[in-house]
Amino acid sequence: MSQISTIAFLVENRPGVLFKVSNLFRRRGYNIESISVGAIEDSGLARMTVTVDADRRALNQIVEQLSKMVEVVKVKRLDPNRTTMREMLLVKLNTSDPMAREETLRHVNAFHGLILDIEPDNLIAEVTGEPDAIDDFIEKVRPIGIEELSRTGVTALEKGRLKL
Amino acid sequence: MVEMSGAKAFVKALEREGVETLFGVTGGAVLPITDELYHSDIRFVMARHEQGASHMADGYARASGRVGACIATSGPGATNLVTGIATANIDSVPLVAFTGQVPTGMIGTDAFQEVDIIGISASATKYNVQVRRPSEIPLAVKSAFYVSYTGRQGAVLVDLPKDCQVESEEIVFPDEVAFRGYNVNLEPDSREMDWAATLLSKARRPVIMAGGGVIAAGASEELMRLADMMVAPVTTTLMGKGTISSDHPLFAGLCGMHGTGEANMLVTEADVLLVVGARMSDRTTARLEDFGPEAKVIHIDIDRSEVDKNVETVTRVIGDAKLALQGILGRLEGMALNRTTNGVWLKKLEEFRKAYAPPELPSNPHLRAPEVMRALRRSLPRDALATTEVGQCQMWAALYFDAYAPRTFFSSGGLGTMGWGFPAAIGAKAARPDVPVVDIAGDGSFGMTENNLATCVEEDLPVIVVVLNNRMLGMVAQWQRLFYGRRYKVVQLGNSPNFVKLAEAYGAVGVRPETIEEFERAVKEAVDSNLTTVIDVPIDPEENVFPMVPPGRGLRDILVEA
Repeated sequence: MSQISTIAFLVENRPGVLFKVSNLFRRRGYNIESISVGAIEDSGLARMTVTVDADRRALNQIVEQLSKMVEVVKVKRLDPNRTTMREMLLVKLNTSDPMAREETLRHVNAFHGLILDIEPDNLIAEVTGEPDAIDDFIEKVRPIGIEELSRTGVTALEKGRLKL
Repeated sequence: MVEMSGAKAFVKALEREGVETLFGVTGGAVLPITDELYHSDIRFVMARHEQGASHMADGYARASGRVGACIATSGPGATNLVTGIATANIDSVPLVAFTGQVPTGMIGTDAFQEVDIIGISASATKYNVQVRRPSEIPLAVKSAFYVSYTGRQGAVLVDLPKDCQVESEEIVFPDEVAFRGYNVNLEPDSREMDWAATLLSKARRPVIMAGGGVIAAGASEELMRLADMMVAPVTTTLMGKGTISSDHPLFAGLCGMHGTGEANMLVTEADVLLVVGARMSDRTTARLEDFGPEAKVIHIDIDRSEVDKNVETVTRVIGDAKLALQGILGRLEGMALNRTTNGVWLKKLEEFRKAYAPPELPSNPHLRAPEVMRALRRSLPRDALATTEVGQCQMWAALYFDAYAPRTFFSSGGLGTMGWGFPAAIGAKAARPDVPVVDIAGDGSFGMTENNLATCVEEDLPVIVVVLNNRMLGMVAQWQRLFYGRRYKVVQLGNSPNFVKLAEAYGAVGVRPETIEEFERAVKEAVDSNLTTVIDVPIDPEENVFPMVPPGRGLRDILVEA
């Protein structure tokens, strides 16, 4: 049975490594739902977080194949119950109608979001949350009129003493 | 620390790795290295096409157990290596390929003879890296050899921009590699070996399947001891041929699409299947549901990602096959083995062998390929090395040409690269000049890399090429015959070339025997003369390779005749 899983891994922060990771996913036919990457200060490493839609066997393969890459230092499947996951959304909404602006503010407040920019005809909102919450928010504001949106992909940390 | 050019540092780094032979073709982007090699004792075996150089390095590695090294210039030189890199990598052969590259300042400008070889080779290598400064070269070379040789062996490519070869910098030769993410864990887990031993001790119908990993680990002796102790028949994959001597009473032959009836049926009826150093690829398993349907599968492999990739296992032992087998042997010695049914089980081996023997066809005006394979074996010393091309000739060799020891029989198993066998034989000869090396070829495959005859002659690397000549791309023709209503399309090769004259044109010996006696004489003369010899053996274009499991069917669905 296929489901969305999150894998976090550390890689050597060198040119070409992101290519090799994505090339591995392409070559083996794994579908990336989202990917986020950032350097870890002073370590020469970068941390990648990938969410994939895969069954158990494919997921094992992804972890093992990643572990095999010379440039990959550490790989871990994150247990969803013991992991904090966040994704950020930027969305530009058409608010030329004053009612629309009113409604937007209501939804943004409900999701503890921020308004980053207001123009006469549109505004940009920022919402951070679990991917499902972002999906919910998008569905809520869709009737208002989405002009453009951008999601960062999931980033995640394990809770408590657990670490990568 | 001392200042020197990148090219000089490169050659010194090769020497520090113990490289004695480099196979390659030179060119503009490796000129500085070529010039440094002028002053080095490293032998540069000049191929006439880079694909040949890559296969030579591959054959050298398989025959010697050491890393094979090859080099080519940028652009087309680099792309021509790719087939050889992919071939070696999928067969877990330690191969290091070096490519010239345009100067760093020109990378990305589509300069003359620029290709993105790092991108192109990424999924066909275990690891690849582009050097960005001369001072990076020693570590890059050391890392390449280390990664290629350790763990599950494979191909590594190092891309060397020309300015990094030309310019001088302070150079340090490291003694250690520095990877944070590359750990080679050879030591198998003790509990995993306990479970494997327990399972094996209870087996009533055990079968051992040996793959190329047994040869890579040098674990043939341990494998034989285990087989003898358990009285377990041993089947091999194509890559595992030679792990157990073909004349050993427990040897059941090749398993798979062109496996022997006895091997395929034993795997089908086994209750415990111990797979050692094998990927269980589609050509070995045939239809997955019918692969060891009654068997608990135990998988020993150095590569964790191979476990449960194709076949679900009951237990696995991750690590070096030699250590794993030693550990299991030690445990079994203290256990009571279930021997009650071994006699019956072993009789099955004989029964299946008789029941599934393909009918021997009489020689018609043509020679029969199985007959030629047996005659070839008879005419060669026991320690001769054999490579194969790909297709019918490969399967005839796998089925009917006996191998008596590890590292004596070599074939492109995973990639199935036609044209591999001949240059690989040249590489094997460079590694083992003391023994005869024969390439078991078809006319189609040999045609793909026959230009390497020049290397044989000019570099004094004599190889015997046996061309099973049916004027066909025989395996494709066999499928068209069996599964496509005999509609032959683009498989008939006609009468060109004349292989005897072709050999002679290169300064080699060419012969065309008409009988088995003439063939045997030709082989013996080639061995005695130690001259490169092409033996053109006309065989029946209608002859099929049997046994065969039709595509999409299970191991038990064995055809022994059309």
